[in-house]
Amino acid sequence: MKPILIRGGRVVDPSSGIDADRDVLLKDGRVSAIDAPGKLNAAARQDAAEIFDAKGLIVAPGLVDIHVHLREPGQGYKETIASGTAAAAAGGFTAVCAMPNTIPVNDSPDITRWMQSPERGAQIRVFPIAAATRGSMGEALTEYGALKAAGAVGVTDDGKPILGDSIMRQTLVAAARAGLPVIQHAEDTRLTGGCSMNAGALAFRLGLRGMPVEAESGLVERDIRLLAELKDSRAHLHVAHLSTAKALDAVRKARRNGLHVTCEVAPHHFVLNEEAVAEYDTHAKMNPPLRAEADRQAMLEGIIEGAVDSIATDHAPHAAHEKEQEFERSPNGITGLETALGLTMAVLHGKHKLPLSRIIALLSTQPAAVLNLKGRGSLAVGSFADVVIFDPKKHWIFQASASKSKSKNTPFDGWSMLGSVTATISEGRIAYRA
Amino acid sequence: MPKSQAKPRKVSTPSTSQVFPHHPGSVLSIADLELDDVSSILKAASQLENEDPLKRTKQLFKRRVSLLFYESSTRTRTSFELAAKQLGADTVLVSALSSSIEKGESLKDTGITLRALGAECIILRHSSSGAPYVLSRATGLPILNAGDGMHEHPSQALLDLRTILTHLRGAKAAAPVSDTTLKGVTVTICGDIFHSRVARSNMLLLPRLGAHVLLSGPQALLPDTAASAGPGIAIERDFDRALKQSQIVIMLRIQAERLAGLNLDLDEYKLRYQANAERMAAHAPDALVMHPGPMIRGLEITSEVADGPQSAIAEQVRHGVAVRMALLARALGPASKSGASKGKRK
Repeated sequence: MKPILIRGGRVVDPSSGIDADRDVLLKDGRVSAIDAPGKLNAAARQDAAEIFDAKGLIVAPGLVDIHVHLREPGQGYKETIASGTAAAAAGGFTAVCAMPNTIPVNDSPDITRWMQSPERGAQIRVFPIAAATRGSMGEALTEYGALKAAGAVGVTDDGKPILGDSIMRQTLVAAARAGLPVIQHAEDTRLTGGCSMNAGALAFRLGLRGMPVEAESGLVERDIRLLAELKDSRAHLHVAHLSTAKALDAVRKARRNGLHVTCEVAPHHFVLNEEAVAEYDTHAKMNPPLRAEADRQAMLEGIIEGAVDSIATDHAPHAAHEKEQEFERSPNGITGLETALGLTMAVLHGKHKLPLSRIIALLSTQPAAVLNLKGRGSLAVGSFADVVIFDPKKHWIFQASASKSKSKNTPFDGWSMLGSVTATISEGRIAYRA
Repeated sequence: MPKSQAKPRKVSTPSTSQVFPHHPGSVLSIADLELDDVSSILKAASQLENEDPLKRTKQLFKRRVSLLFYESSTRTRTSFELAAKQLGADTVLVSALSSSIEKGESLKDTGITLRALGAECIILRHSSSGAPYVLSRATGLPILNAGDGMHEHPSQALLDLRTILTHLRGAKAAAPVSDTTLKGVTVTICGDIFHSRVARSNMLLLPRLGAHVLLSGPQALLPDTAASAGPGIAIERDFDRALKQSQIVIMLRIQAERLAGLNLDLDEYKLRYQANAERMAAHAPDALVMHPGPMIRGLEITSEVADGPQSAIAEQVRHGVAVRMALLARALGPASKSGASKGKRK
């Protein structure tokens, strides 16, 4: 693999506090040097490095998405690891963490290794998140130590929340011992049977059963209570796709009390509100559902003030025939890998003036830290040569039909985005080039 | 296939107000209709009703109307069918049982198949809220919502309005309506509001003509959020107190099939919410009593009231045919006189 000199760009690397014009030399899959413009020319010549001209562009650590569904094994008609990671690379991501609700459920070291095998054709790094319980049935714990050794970076029963107090307590204890975070899809399913959108006046008017805010916040509060009772400082609870002000308040409070609780918010939860469902658009159907405007605002505030650790897409591809159904029958979820940067830039940077270093922190450095992905989310010398190069000023229109994902289930087709990816480099290899 | 959200939009302005993305002759929700549309539908209903039956068959002579029914129905199905036939249209009925729907054919494919067979308009009854939107997006045809899940039943609201207007205005029932037409009129809707598509369409329509809508029923069947469904709606859980203020009372069926797990004491329910002779005499002796049917006599309403002088229940059914003729004429009519009033969403 030829070394690459990224020249003339503005490096934004929150992990090392750099926001300045720098050249970056990538060699042997790592960041080999980073220096003032021109200073690395000699070294690059010596290495016969390929020159990447990044004039006018941002050079940042590759984006990290800690919540995606790649659908393999078992549902290759929706997405494969190859197609999902191609979409990820096009979106500027160099690492994605794949949820275990595959068929079969990823509850074993074998499947965990299978997902990372080169035969899958991944374009960027895939980190499996393993099932917390066998078959995600919420009964017997999986082997956390062996799963971690096979490459799993967390445990979760995503989509099938762990409801029982006792099993959740065991999960937190065993995961802490193995050094893995527990990721909870916080939904008290006893309150959401038959529900397909957010509870409230709009759900009533549309004749759809609504999921109350308390179904999310109640379970987050319960999990935090269990965590507090453990008094094991190693135990780490990560709240997936948080969507309500009430749950965010619970997370804030837990952190003030010194508990290791982190959370992520999906772009659709700070860009859209429940009104997007008004025409029964199944591309606006996901779980947790799009919430009321006040909750959307709370997500924005939480991100801006720093209460939210990470933006994560919950990329959930579904085939067209599955989404073209009656609203209540259609599966939950939307794709997100190719729109995350463009939406985050447009809303948080363009509209709310969040500096680029914060954008990169939310999409790369902090998510890498949440799941303890060593050498990711950083351009410090010695880190993996995971880089995204993008034009922060370019407005573009997202076309779902041009998506690299196998599925096109997105509510953002035709939307205007800010910040377009010029290239994505994964461990020193160019994984995507516009 | 027309996509509902295909236009480039700026981010960070979550909003839905956009041009009506369906066929202009469609009625998916009562909110699709401006008051002008309502006026012309009422006017057309009267004209068509009074027209010579033979001449009337020329209106939609040999036009093809499909009735696609995923749920059972007596009144709605028959009156839509009669309405279509009285206008000369050919109708074909497809019901979930005895069609390929039983074999798992999707709503989209069923719609495309009907269109390929020549359907020019589809009347849909479906158990899932929002199903008419799926069918509209799949076919682009004019779709008339004949009841979808717990969502809406717009033609019922229109025939209920015509019934109300006939009683309040007499001969001038077909005169144009405005936002003050029902000023000072209070309408109580009582019963299983939560599961009722009739309630939703009525509570969204009547206040736009100036009526005040009171919803009455127990918590399990009437959540507090119902009052925020639109303007002009309030909850009065004391049915007697609601009756005292009302000129119109719409009783709803207790939908036994939907009550699983709700733990409703039917004796208690009857005690508080049944429309019976004593209650009506004591609190609303002059009010008009309506019911969209099917009724469960002895539960939400007694025979004395249903068959009594205050009842407009059979009359409602009769208005159904006239209103549905008007809706069909609008859906298939001379390429969208209705299209001119391009129905914006509320």
